[in-house]
Amino acid sequence: MNNIKPNEKLDVREILKDLDKYVPRKRGWVWRDISPQQIGEFTYVQASPGLKNYVPLPSARSIGNIDPQPDAVITTEIASGRFEDDIRRMRMAAYHGADHIMVIRTAGQSHFDGLLEGTPQGIGGIPVTRKQLRAQRRALDIIEEEVGRPINYHSYVSGVAGPEIAVLFTEEGVNGAHQDPQYNVLYRNINAVRSFVDAAESKMVMAYASMAQIDGAHNANATARDAWKVMPELLVQHIINSRLSERIGIKKENICLSTVPPAASPTPDLKLNLPYAVALREFLSDYKMRAQMNTKYMDSSTREATVTHVLNLLVSRLTSADIQSTITPDEGRNVPWHIYNIEALDTAKQAMVGMDDLLSMVSLKEDGYLQEKKREIQERAVLMMEEIIEMGGYFSAVEAGMFVDSGEYPARNGDGISRDINGGVGAGTVVERDIDYMAPVTAHYGYNNIEQYDKSAIDDPSSLINGCTFEKPELVKFIDELDDTDNVYLRMDKTEQYRSGNLLKPEVQWLGDGTITVDLFFPIGVRAAEAAAILTGKKMNLSNVEVIHKEILHPTEGTRIQIKGNVNFDIDIDQLVLPEEIKVHSEDEILKYVKDFPIKVVAGTAGNDEHSVGIREVLDIKHGGVEKYGIKYEYLGTSVPIEKFVDAAIETKSQVIMMSTIISHDDTHYKNMNKLHNYAVEKGVRDKLILIAGGTQVTPEIARINNMDQGFGRGTKGIQIASFILDKHREMNE
Amino acid sequence: MKERIDDFNERREHLKGMSDAELRTYFLELSDKLVDPLLELAYKNTSKSIERSVLLRMGFSSIEAKGIVEILNENDLLRKGTGHCVYIVANKYNIGIHDAGLLIQNSDVIDYLMEYFKVYE
Repeated sequence: MNNIKPNEKLDVREILKDLDKYVPRKRGWVWRDISPQQIGEFTYVQASPGLKNYVPLPSARSIGNIDPQPDAVITTEIASGRFEDDIRRMRMAAYHGADHIMVIRTAGQSHFDGLLEGTPQGIGGIPVTRKQLRAQRRALDIIEEEVGRPINYHSYVSGVAGPEIAVLFTEEGVNGAHQDPQYNVLYRNINAVRSFVDAAESKMVMAYASMAQIDGAHNANATARDAWKVMPELLVQHIINSRLSERIGIKKENICLSTVPPAASPTPDLKLNLPYAVALREFLSDYKMRAQMNTKYMDSSTREATVTHVLNLLVSRLTSADIQSTITPDEGRNVPWHIYNIEALDTAKQAMVGMDDLLSMVSLKEDGYLQEKKREIQERAVLMMEEIIEMGGYFSAVEAGMFVDSGEYPARNGDGISRDINGGVGAGTVVERDIDYMAPVTAHYGYNNIEQYDKSAIDDPSSLINGCTFEKPELVKFIDELDDTDNVYLRMDKTEQYRSGNLLKPEVQWLGDGTITVDLFFPIGVRAAEAAAILTGKKMNLSNVEVIHKEILHPTEGTRIQIKGNVNFDIDIDQLVLPEEIKVHSEDEILKYVKDFPIKVVAGTAGNDEHSVGIREVLDIKHGGVEKYGIKYEYLGTSVPIEKFVDAAIETKSQVIMMSTIISHDDTHYKNMNKLHNYAVEKGVRDKLILIAGGTQVTPEIARINNMDQGFGRGTKGIQIASFILDKHREMNE
Repeated sequence: MKERIDDFNERREHLKGMSDAELRTYFLELSDKLVDPLLELAYKNTSKSIERSVLLRMGFSSIEAKGIVEILNENDLLRKGTGHCVYIVANKYNIGIHDAGLLIQNSDVIDYLMEYFKVYE
């Protein structure tokens, strides 16, 4: 299964097979190979090598399908609650440029004292377990081969089981993790002493495994009332965790600051965010920047979120980003859906490639507002640190409620988060090590009396036991399932008809979930529109109808509503009637062919028919018609007698007739096609002419049955017709 | 913290004259002052999670690690190191690390450990 092809589905059951014997291929974080890239006629400076398999941005269709990759590692967070379904999304994400895949843990896991095992379903994330990690890492090992770029896998080393999770991650080839004891203390109310003691061990293990570490400072702006006022504190939180990590042994290049532009429009976004971004990058220049997108000011509008995120990307490009994280634009309304992970990734790729090498053309001013504000933020941060030290250090400051206060330091509003040093989850559980304390393992932090047994083992404690799991992966104990009522196999059995059968259902996150969205407008105020939308969903036979977004276009004239609901039918894949696939050549290929073999077309609308919009669309250069590809045309107008098409073709020495036939009443369109064919035969030119019929009621099959060489229906593009003409012309002249 | 108005302009007097580079150096110095006691704390202490992480590395499953840590904690032996306890049991009975851990988990060798570490004294 290691060489999967783009047209093969990833078989999750195959991934779960013999998982107990699977050993991840590598440890450690991988940065992109940053180097200028020449792609077609363009040179990209802030770039990295392209992928073997990918899906380019939609508009790449007209730009040779190129898919330039920016310099930064690009992150997406995937955790729907069912890791088996997330694997498919990871593969889609990798095709769209993600090389850092983060798994959010299920609600409550950070308070679980120990490791979870098996594959229970999660809420708002997934239970991170050895089996789940190994299955996803194994899948990513396959996917990274497929796209031709290493994929970093990531989750959280926090909560009251941090050190164990760090060990688990090392054993299972997880490449990056969030680790920041301040997160435990402030947002999870886990005892501060326990959090820092555990953090040191976790960081030591992460350093050993060369994992990238991401801190938790971004949570301060998500929590504070006015996010932009915590900017000085953010610098303080970043340096506490970074310095701690560096002193424990994590390489600077693997210490990443999770930095979010704190404000969002309608504030003057860049005036608030840019000085902060500069202040941070200057003060903490030893470390890497993991630029995250703003979540604090997200509502249910995916459009608004996307604009905020593009402004965030502008800040990244005006300063720097080593990892560019993405937030799905639907995060303000639900746990992310497939399509929004992909939208967010495309947003990042599009914006970063679009702003390539920006700083070679513009620069940040070295005086004035930007520098003054930057300096002010830095000084405020320094003053805060002075006061923390005066108060007696970190724990005293936390106890006093110094952090996440809504006042911009040194202003204080008295609403900071306060934690009792003797309180919180896991209070009083730290134990002082005795003089003979010993732990015979690799990457253990702190006092460790190895010499009492073997002086020569001081630098290699696990040699006392002939190596631990870090040196000998075969020692790792794999636990399969602990709960026979909640596991991946039961979930997969329930949806098996959609996996290996011939049934299909619309989906947003889980196979067969049947969820769809409907976008509606009602010419009425918001409350009535909402009720009308729910009723619309019910009348469409949707179940679980819910409003997911509403936007007032005018208080009384109209409201936009989006609803979601579930469909209650299956689609039988075998019963699907697929329209014929129209082969398309590249623009360059057609242009070259027509240059070598000039082609001329006569065209018009047949009979008593005045429609002309459709045919103009496939003729004119302006609309991307055949003219764009070098094909000359003679437009005969509307209501053209059938005979005139053939006579004009003979007269102008054209090789092609394009007849538009819209009216289908009394089978007029079929009759026109046959009449055209018969007249061409009568004139002795049928074998020299390519006859094409087009119109809203025309299909390729109907046209061919009625003696046309080809037919084109609604939505046809000029390139499709030009491609057909090329193939047919080539065949006729062979 | 008590509410207070923004007195940034008064507080910053001593920072005003510093160059950007000096301010950054000072910032990093302060950060060391903040983290020194935290590192010291971590150096001297252990926790159930740290001990379970040690046992995982010694080849125990999460369930076994939990069992062993619970029993040793009840007997106030975390301060010696759970890996340490497993190590000396393995040496004493000349058995493998895994078997030694299971003996502890089954409470069979707690007395030996208490005696070894002279906890009764």
